[in-house]
Amino acid sequence: MDVLKKVPVREQDAKVRATNFEEVCYGYNKEEAMEEASRCLKCKNAKCVGGCPVSINIPGFIKEVEAGNFEAAADVIAEASALPAVCGRVCPQESQCEGQCIRGIKGEPISIGKLERFVADWSRENGFVPKVTAEKNGHKVAVVGSGPAGLTCAGDLAKMGYDVTIFEALHEPGGVLTYGIPEFRLPKSAVVQPEIENVRKLGVTIETDVIIGKSVTIDELMDEEGFEAVFIGSGAGLPKFMGIPGENANGVFSANEYLTRNNLMKAFREDYDTPIVAGKKVAVVGGGNVAMDAARTALRLGADVHIVYRRSEAELPARVEEVHHAKEEGVIFDLLTNPVEILTDENDWVKGIKVRKMELGEPDASGRRRPIEIEGSDYIMDVDTVIMSLGTSPNPLISSTTEGLEVNRRKCIVADAANGQTSRPGVFAGGDAVTGAATVILAMEAGKHGAQGIHEYLSKKAE
Amino acid sequence: MYQILKAEQLADKIYLMDVKAPRVARSCQPGEFVIVRMDEKGERIPLTICDFDREQGIVTIVFQIVGASTLRMAGLKAGDAFQDFVGPLGQPSEFVKEDLAEVKGRRYLFVAGGVGTAPVYPQVKWMKEHGIDVDVIVGAKNKDLLILEKEMESVAGNLYVTTDDGSYGRHGMVTAVIEDLVKDQGKHYDVCVAIGPMIMMKFVCKLTKELGLPTIVSMNPIMVDGTGMCGACRLTVGDEVKFACVDGPEFDGHLVDFDEAMKRQQMYKTEEGRAMLKAMEGDTHHGGCGNCGD
Repeated sequence: MDVLKKVPVREQDAKVRATNFEEVCYGYNKEEAMEEASRCLKCKNAKCVGGCPVSINIPGFIKEVEAGNFEAAADVIAEASALPAVCGRVCPQESQCEGQCIRGIKGEPISIGKLERFVADWSRENGFVPKVTAEKNGHKVAVVGSGPAGLTCAGDLAKMGYDVTIFEALHEPGGVLTYGIPEFRLPKSAVVQPEIENVRKLGVTIETDVIIGKSVTIDELMDEEGFEAVFIGSGAGLPKFMGIPGENANGVFSANEYLTRNNLMKAFREDYDTPIVAGKKVAVVGGGNVAMDAARTALRLGADVHIVYRRSEAELPARVEEVHHAKEEGVIFDLLTNPVEILTDENDWVKGIKVRKMELGEPDASGRRRPIEIEGSDYIMDVDTVIMSLGTSPNPLISSTTEGLEVNRRKCIVADAANGQTSRPGVFAGGDAVTGAATVILAMEAGKHGAQGIHEYLSKKAE
Repeated sequence: MYQILKAEQLADKIYLMDVKAPRVARSCQPGEFVIVRMDEKGERIPLTICDFDREQGIVTIVFQIVGASTLRMAGLKAGDAFQDFVGPLGQPSEFVKEDLAEVKGRRYLFVAGGVGTAPVYPQVKWMKEHGIDVDVIVGAKNKDLLILEKEMESVAGNLYVTTDDGSYGRHGMVTAVIEDLVKDQGKHYDVCVAIGPMIMMKFVCKLTKELGLPTIVSMNPIMVDGTGMCGACRLTVGDEVKFACVDGPEFDGHLVDFDEAMKRQQMYKTEEGRAMLKAMEGDTHHGGCGNCGD
């Protein structure tokens, strides 16, 4: 074994997986996990822990994996995270824990994400539920949204003894884990649902089909239903469009719609009623993780797929692993290319997009080199479906129905990053509703801070 | 699960159901809607709220069979249940939020077409409860497709019923009645609320624009989540793109791009048609037509 190299992880063959929705990565088995764990230097002052938004004791759990004590490893992770099977799969480890790994200076860092995933999968397959001791304290807290922020906040509060109810607007809990991230990256019944079950086992109640701000307001929850504090983790919200001609034509979708039809409503399965327009030739506009998810979904539904992105490969906001997987599966990247118009046929269906070539200029406010249009470079891409993956803007449902809840000029809820406190006493918030679209793990971090903030607030109130 | 307490066929392909949904019943207002899902495999379907009883926790819905899912839903009986029933969604009608004295100072004309009579009913009822008499036009293709006539009669100031084929009430389209009331009888209205098939709303708006009568319409585009997440329900209103689920469903009818909205409504027609045939024909559906690829 070469200690400088990661133990390779087995994956489904690219050609085969491009035609199915089964998980791409198989993960480590016991032997592989123990071998990978043995590469860890178990640093005393472990940098990786500082790179983890929820501060998992990484060398602590890896030590247990190396020794084959998987239950003990699961207990160590559970102290910090309620969603290890999810995080092991979707966290950008390369820029967090693994990015800090000392092993990574000379060779490849420890495959921390794959080890976390192994421990979580092993626990589930062996029916092991990490033990948590919590004496009920009788205080009621409401959590709005059952995505990564809400589940983490609820889990942490339940562990402290609070009586927690999560309100979810959709019919399934999980938020983006359920409607957004596709099956082939994050299996629903095998991974997401059991992880949510574990949060329920902590004593958390999840009420689906309740839209906070409509079915019941935050004020009513606090004044009439006896909740002493509320955490808002309602997520990202309304999809953005480019504002170019033809964008309302038939065959133009937001990535949110495309993914929701497929993931939440299971349109890819014959036996479900919700339809989806698969498309024969699809252009996905954007370069983030969501764009990769939409592109790889369209590919699996049988389309030829192009990613259309206005900057170059170096600026793609998606994780390297996702870009790599997409390419392997046959997604074509049209970089430095920007749509200027969507062309339609006589029935108002998409028949192509007019695009313009771009070049990179000076760095802009984001630090990335700004794309500049090249005059006279327009050409037409022959496509029948366009998926816009340009990010989201916050949903106004809660902020517009909760008096005194301050929002910023981007309409995001204003909350203290350290404890989630908003402008309303007793109301906390975190995740995409506060920051705008970000990652699962950052939402979990915000959920964690929110739980701590609520605990401090209610403890002080009780004095 | 959300229990169905009553299920009744109102007309050909049109059904009414009372559903136990306390949270929705407690908070819903005229103008808003719900989304239902029949079972695990069903679609999320946006539906009109026709009535509600806050104390009993009951919401009355009315729907028309338009595809596979609504066809399956029509088979539900009292005692059955919806897996999901979520709401209220959308914005309440403008008058609900306005100063009552101002609303009372206006003359309202409500125009309902076909199954659109259902969402008009709670609005007219609200008016009646607040002591406001309004004129209501209800149009239907024929006598058999006319719904909620008695209910509407009990809350409307004046009710004008018209059928396209003249089999009941007046003979002709709702637009003819509007013209008669405004032009021939010289009635004055400040606001018109028109809810019905997209094509009806388009022509009502064309007429009321000529008459200088501000008109509010209720749009019912394709939706998935209904909470402002998917953007499927977007439509052009004036120069702006709006989401019917969070910005609407009611909009200034004189600004709505109906032609675009009607085309968008057709988006899944082929898929829906296929699914509906399958639902109706069951196992005998696959007759080797060669179109389905199997």
